[in-house]
Formats: sequence, C-alpha cells, structure tokens
Amino acid sequence: MNRGRMDNLKRTPLYEIHCELGAKMVPFAGYEMPVQYPMGVMKEHLHTRAKAGLFDVSHMGQVLLSGPSWDAVALAFEALVPVDVLGLADGRQRYGFFTNSAGGIEDDLMFARRGDDLFVVINAACKDSDLELMRAGLPQDIKMTTLDDRALIALQGPVAGSVIAMLDPQAAEMRFMDVRDLSLSGHAVWASRSGYTGEDGFEISVAAEEAASLARRLTNDADVAAIGLGARDSLRLEAGLCLYGNDIDATTRPLAAGLGWAMQKVRRPGGARAGGFPGAEAIFAELADGPERRRVGLRPAGRAPMRTGVALFAQETSSTQIGTVTSGGFGPSVEGPVAMGYVAAEAAHESGVLWGDVRGKRLAVEVVKLPFVPANFKR
Amino acid sequence: MKFTEEHEWLRQDGDDIVVGITTHAAEQLGDVVFIELPEEGTTVSKDEEIVVIESVKAASDILAPIDGEITEVNSALTDNPGAVNEDPQGEAWFFKMTASDPSQMDELMDEAAYQAFIA
Repeated sequence: MNRGRMDNLKRTPLYEIHCELGAKMVPFAGYEMPVQYPMGVMKEHLHTRAKAGLFDVSHMGQVLLSGPSWDAVALAFEALVPVDVLGLADGRQRYGFFTNSAGGIEDDLMFARRGDDLFVVINAACKDSDLELMRAGLPQDIKMTTLDDRALIALQGPVAGSVIAMLDPQAAEMRFMDVRDLSLSGHAVWASRSGYTGEDGFEISVAAEEAASLARRLTNDADVAAIGLGARDSLRLEAGLCLYGNDIDATTRPLAAGLGWAMQKVRRPGGARAGGFPGAEAIFAELADGPERRRVGLRPAGRAPMRTGVALFAQETSSTQIGTVTSGGFGPSVEGPVAMGYVAAEAAHESGVLWGDVRGKRLAVEVVKLPFVPANFKR
Repeated sequence: MKFTEEHEWLRQDGDDIVVGITTHAAEQLGDVVFIELPEEGTTVSKDEEIVVIESVKAASDILAPIDGEITEVNSALTDNPGAVNEDPQGEAWFFKMTASDPSQMDELMDEAAYQAFIA
C-alpha cells in the first residue's frame, strides 16, 4: 500500500507490515507508528496479557559503547548514571537513568553487558539529547556507535516464552533480565528477557533488513497478535511503569519517582563508588531527608478516567493542590480507570482518599500500591 | 436521519429527536470506556457540550446538535460504554430531546451529504 508519507516522519523496517495488518498510523517521536490495529486497543491489551503481543519498538535508540576494557566502559558510563554498571555480569541487563546536575532524570534506559561492550537502549523521544549527553560525558577512549541498522521488536505475554523457545531452545534457560544471542528462524538476534508490560517476554534486536521477515514469522503464530502504541501505554500503566515525559522528567529525582531501588548500594553514600554522577548531592540529600513528593498509584472511585494534568486535593472542597496526575487512562485488565501521579509525601499513603478535579467536579480517587496488575516476570 | 459536522446523527421518534454518534465517529474514537450523559430535563443550546465520551486514549465532547430539552437518556450506556462501539447508530443512542426550534434540523446534513463529508 502506498500511502502519502506523513510530513517528514521516519518509518521503521516494519512499516509495510503495519500497513498490511491494517494499522492506524500516527506520528510518534518523529516516526510513523501504529497506534492500533483493527482489533482495537482494549482487545490488543487483553490479548497481550492472555497470549502474546508483538510490538515494533524500532523507533527507540540502540547504542553500543566499547573501549579498552569492560571496566573502562562500565566506569565511564557510571559517570552518567547513579547505578552499578561495573558489577553487571556478562549476559545481564539493568534499568537505569541519566541524571542532570539537579538530580533530575534526563531519560530512563536499559543497559546490558555484551562481552566487553555496553548495549544501551534509550527512548525515541530523547534519542538526540541522550546521544549528545553521552558524547559530551564519555571520555575519548570510549567509542559510541549508534546502531541505526538494527530494529527492535518486543514479544510480550505468557505465551511469549514458548514461542521464542520453539525457535531457539536456549531461550528457555533465560531468566528475567538475561541477555543472549539467539537464532530465531535463521535470524541472529540479541534478545533480552525483559519488557514494558509487566508480562514475561523478550526484547529482540535484529538487523534492520531481517526485521520484517522475523516479525512475519512471529505473527504467523496463532497466539501472536500485533500490538500498537495505544495498548503499549495501557499495559505499562497497569504495570506501574514510568513513561519518560509523563511520570519522570528532568525535574523528577529518582527517590520521588520511586526508582531508588535502581540505585545500588555501591553508588550510594558509604558505597565503594559513591557519587560521581550528575546531581549526586541533590539525590543524596533526598536519600537522607526523604523526598517531598512521591509517585503513587491512583484508582479513581467512579468510571471516569483521570488523565495527565488532573489536579489532586486532600479534601473534596479544599483549594490547596497537593498533587497531580502524570499518567492516566483506562485499565482493560482491571476494568476501570487507573492513573499514576505525584502527591505530597505526607499524603502518599496507601488507601488514602484524595480528590481529583475532573472537568470542574471533584471526584474521589484512592491511593493504591503499584502495580495494578501483578508482574509475571520469569525469575 | 440527519447528521452534524460533529458526527452526530438525529432521528425523529414521535415528538422526540433521538441523538447518537455515527459509526464513523465510533471507529475514530476507538474503544469507549466512559460516558457521562446529561440529566433529563436539562435545557440545552446548540453546540453546548453535553456528553463526555472517553475512549482508552482520550476524552471527547459531544455537542448539542440543536436547541431543546433533554427528555430521556440511555442510562444503559453508563454501565456498558462499549455498546457505543457495537451499535452506535442503533442501540447506543445517547439521549432524546425535544427541539425548541425545529427549523434548525433543516440546516443539518442528510445521509448523502454526510457520506460525502466523511469521504
């Protein structure tokens, strides 16, 4: 199908497949991406949690850092993130984030050790600024290669494990956050057992010219359906996962965001490699004193969704805003509205009832623990 | 049936005019998850926001197509908003109203004009 190109938007190697499958394409982070297929967002979401969903995430940035040794690469990267990189074993992946001088988060990312190299996956919307941040912050002897010739595909859901293992039995040995080179239907891929849905699954990096063939092979499986960005968002929201730009941004510090768990002891005060990343002072102050606001799960009491920007109040009639919704929508798996937001630390306790201003009316919303749906990671 | 540029349909049913959204609009919206209907007895003016309809992704407003008074709302939609995606031009009507100025109906599109409008 030959559609007019939308305004200078880039296309991923799976563009033709999206069109063949009847996707509704929308602009996203400079790319023409599928927001949904004919099945619709709700059914795509439920299918992923019941069977397996295939996501094109080739718009995200894939970068390889290499240098004189693993230690050199790891320590260089540690200057940019408040995370233990040096201690990462070969074939393992971790979650991290770039910080700025105020201790805020510039982008969140995944990084994996592949031999002596560091493989980093960054958000599409932050690709250019992240590359600039790395170029400026990494020493001369660390080589940064942007892998523009690779696509990224995610297969997520309870059946994803058996689909991939059928193609390469080695996959069955992989646990959550393992990374391995696999051979899927004749295609050499870099696979990690991870994802953005709260389900078991894989994120698969493959040569761009082989991506379409691999995607077709996967969608040929009766249990696999193509899933768009609409359902990707509702899935990650139910899983309590942050979306950069909504739930975390340059003004959010890790502890307030509930991401302190990603900062291993070795980088904290008293650790062998404490500090040495941007904003360490501010982040350590927050560790010592506690954050002023916290990210929480929110369950509107009625049926009306509470979306990004909804102001939160401690009482039905008070005029002092104590929080804001940063992500919100409908959770198909919980059959009701779900949201995340930040509230003043003293109001952030579970089962507290707050009030959200929705179209001028105050509606009740309960503070709840995240995630909304239990995780199914293969541990 | 008459149609508005906001993708609502109107059908005469005795003294009442039944209002809903078109199949085209329902498809554009995607899965509907929430509907807030007006109260029976409310007086409305043309183009006033009277129904809030939320899909998985976003909220939309439905505007009053003509001046009048709401006589009945389809409360079944409150419990089953998904019905809008199943039968938008039949079972999933939103509300019935009386027209205070029936001539406003003449300004609206007929089926052929609406099909041309959305083409």
